Amino acid sequence: MTVERIPILRMGKCLLVTIQVDMHDQLAMTLQSDLADAIGARESHGLLIDISALEIVDSFIGRMIANTAAMCRVLDADTVVVGMQPAVAITLVELGLTLTGIYTALDVERGMAVLERAAMARL
Amino acid sequence: MSAAPVVARQESFQLHSSADVVTARRMVREWAQGLGLSILDLTKVVTAASELARNAVVHGGGGVMHVQVVQAGEREGLRVIFKDQGPGIQEIERAMQDGYTTGGGMGIGLPGAKRLVNEFDLLSTAAEGTCITIVRWKA
Repeated sequence: MTVERIPILRMGKCLLVTIQVDMHDQLAMTLQSDLADAIGARESHGLLIDISALEIVDSFIGRMIANTAAMCRVLDADTVVVGMQPAVAITLVELGLTLTGIYTALDVERGMAVLERAAMARL
Repeated sequence: MSAAPVVARQESFQLHSSADVVTARRMVREWAQGLGLSILDLTKVVTAASELARNAVVHGGGGVMHVQVVQAGEREGLRVIFKDQGPGIQEIERAMQDGYTTGGGMGIGLPGAKRLVNEFDLLSTAAEGTCITIVRWKA
């Protein structure tokens, strides 16, 4: 069986992940550990996760995003989540997931600007 | 409340793996779309179904999901039933509290799923496993 993976792209000092598929739990865990490796290995200062294609975010995916952001923080990188659909945002809050400590932005362009500002502020 | 809801249509699906959880939420989504739920109600019921399908696989050792369109008078709704033959939930009151977990998660699955639907019914015994029924009525 081939190992499914979600590609991690590099843009300058940032990493970019676009989640285009409905992830099963193992795929989400694989992505989380791939991101930890990539952030550590490439000295990135920011991670942008584009979830605009996700129709739902349940507690498992939400936890994976929160864990990834916490991990990035420890590795001296910021995380921004972009493109969350309004219905997903409302559902997440009602579910009880608040994603505290994570930057959010409406789209990739604004998300990259958030990461740049955060990096400048830390210099 | 008038007479008990009548089941208009039903489809069942076996839940054994985390890939089945993905298929289950896709199936609930299609049924919710077919019923004409709003995008918000649809997102809520699919998210709740995802939590409960995962519970059945992880804690119940697998189970079955029944998706139904139910009618009560003029009202139509989507009902989803999750049944497993697992060990049952020992402490139902605590399991329904935010933050209580036995599985290493965050403990928001059950209480969170309950907040996302109009009706939530949980039956669990050590002998027969767990059966959770949720309903989201069409607005």
